[in-house]
Parts: sequence; structure tokens; C-alpha cells
Amino acid sequence: MKIGIAGSLESNDCLVTIKESETLSIKVQSIVDAFYHDQIVAFIESVLADVNHDKVDVTVIDKGALNYTIKARLLTALHRMEVSHA
Amino acid sequence: MHRSYLFIPGNHPAMLQNADIFGADAIIFDLEDAVSINEKDSARQLIKAFFETLQKPKFSIYVRINGLNSSLGSIDLNMVMNEIVEGIVLPKATVSDIKMLSKLLDTFENARRIKKKTVIIPIIETAKAVFEIGQIAQLPRVSALLLGAEDLTGDMEIERTKQGIEIEYPRAKIAFACKAFEIEAIDTPFTDVTDDEGLEKDALHAKSLGMNAKCAIHPNQIEIINKTFTPTMVAIDEALRIVKADEEAQKVHRGVFSLNGKMVDKPVVDRAKKLLIKAKHFGMVEDIDEK
Repeated sequence: MKIGIAGSLESNDCLVTIKESETLSIKVQSIVDAFYHDQIVAFIESVLADVNHDKVDVTVIDKGALNYTIKARLLTALHRMEVSHA
Repeated sequence: MHRSYLFIPGNHPAMLQNADIFGADAIIFDLEDAVSINEKDSARQLIKAFFETLQKPKFSIYVRINGLNSSLGSIDLNMVMNEIVEGIVLPKATVSDIKMLSKLLDTFENARRIKKKTVIIPIIETAKAVFEIGQIAQLPRVSALLLGAEDLTGDMEIERTKQGIEIEYPRAKIAFACKAFEIEAIDTPFTDVTDDEGLEKDALHAKSLGMNAKCAIHPNQIEIINKTFTPTMVAIDEALRIVKADEEAQKVHRGVFSLNGKMVDKPVVDRAKKLLIKAKHFGMVEDIDEK
């Protein structure tokens, strides 16, 4: 299975893990879950839609990352998944 | 015209998003030494995404790319080239590397319809670059020279000290070349981030040799650097008195006159005018006649 990981668990960052899948699945665990869980999931969906990826399993552990960081980590993890041979 | 250039590691979201509160005149987003080889891709994406969020930042934006001796440097450029980027900081710069970078910038600017010319700040950090300083300072796009003392002393196989006697020659050579070709001379970072007194002393010494800006490697260094490279109110008041007295002297066709017992002639007046231009740039004085 192809897999890509990017980011970190440091403050203001997030750790993104993406695996190949038959369907789209997004799991988010955030320090701001109570207020922004749905917005974060919606933002991840929009980034994935922009790059035409709808068959991936995404797990994000968020430590207070802003949208630009989530976007950058997602795109890096996707690229790493594509070039991985695991 | 900048006083302070703050290096920020390119893969550090917390520092990127606080970039506008540090008070640096310019920020150098670093893709080279501050980013491990396994995280270059991640840092490029992060900087690219961050730049897309910026609107009218209060600081000038520079990116230190990786050297052009591998493919990393051109990959960096491909990711970060954007209208918002003022310039590219080139490590281990040589005349041939700068010419190559300039051609790459032509290509990216044309392809992306970037209207302004992206400038280049070469880092002088090899013995060869010190030898080539006169040529480097004259190259198109080069807007400043930055002294990289850590790598330079490594290349020279000499000890790097806080006193900095070992970098006196390149510091002076950079200052002269920059003055000759009207570009900025940026001093090397002071690496002990806990020694404010040492930083101030080091910055004042660099200024006395003709450097007009200094790099910082920690936000806490910005205040001292900005203060050092900003004209003091005493110097501004003196310059204003000189310029005013010169205006009066011109009316009676006198090229040389005395002010508070000191002779004032054209070089003194020119120096005062240059200081006032700098003071105006940093908001220390209101409108002045820059003629």
C-alpha cells in the first residue's frame, strides 16, 4: 500500500498521513476539535478536490495549524504517497 | 533600504505565521541550511502556501534557496517564484552561479508574467567569492552582498571568534564594493543569541566599517540591529543644522563655512544629506529636500 506522511506534532503544525484507498475517508483529531472540526474536514476535502484526489484515506493530527499549513502538509503527503513504493 | 534581515526556517509554521510581528525590515525564508535534506519538499510547499496567503506584508520577502551545484536550487525556485518575492539569496555564490541564477530568473519571470525584476543577494562565504567581490557587486540583479562568516571561516580553515578579527578583511571589502556600486552591505549574523551586549558591539563595529544592515538568526536580535542601523536623533539634529546652514551659505555663494567651530564643506554637507535620506526612509524626519 502506498503511504505518505508529512508535518509534525509541534505547535501550529499538523501531522498528515495519507494512504491509497477505494474511497475517500478523512479523520481529524485537533486541539480545536470542539470549534473547528467540521471546517477542517471541509477544508481538507476542498484541497483534495482541487488536486483530483478522492480515493485516499487521510488522517490529520492537528496542533493548531492554520489552513495554509494544512494545505502544504496535505500536498506534501500526497506527493510522498505517489512516489512511495511501500 | 533595510537595516535587518531575519532568517526564518522554511519548515517552521509557527515562525512563518508570526513573521509580521518580529519587526524585521526583511525576512529571509530559508530552504538551505535550516531545512534537513528529507524535509526540503515539505518546506517548499509550506513557503509556497504561506506566500499565497500574504497581502501587503510589512517586510520585504527573500528566499534563501539551495545552491545551484545540485538540482535542489532550481526546484526551490520553481516552487517559490512569485510576484511577492523581492529577491533570492544565493549561498556559496560565485560569478558563474549568479549569472546562471539570473538566467533562471529570466525564465521564471517570463513564464509567470512577473513584472518586476527579482533581485539577487549573493552570500559571500567562500574564499573564491571574496576574491571575486568586485565583479559580483557589479552583476545585474545584485542588490546587496551578504557576508556569511561561518562558512567563510570554515573555507579558510580559521577559527571564528566573537571579536571577529578574522573577518575584518572581507567585511571591509564587501563594504567598499557595495558603496562603489551603490548596493547594500549586509553583515553576517551574530550567532550567540543570548549575548545582547556582544551583538550591539558587533553591529556597531560592522556599521563603522560601512555595513548598512545585519542578519539576525533570532527575533530577539532585531531590536538591537534596527537601533544600530537607524540614525540617532543627535546625528539627525546635527545633519539638519548642517543642511540649514549650507542653505544660508549658498545664498551668499560660500562653499565653505564654520558651524559651532567646525569647518563644513561639500563632503560634510553630502554626508548630512545622505543621513537625512536614511532618517526619512525610517520615519525619523518629515519631508526633506533630497537634492
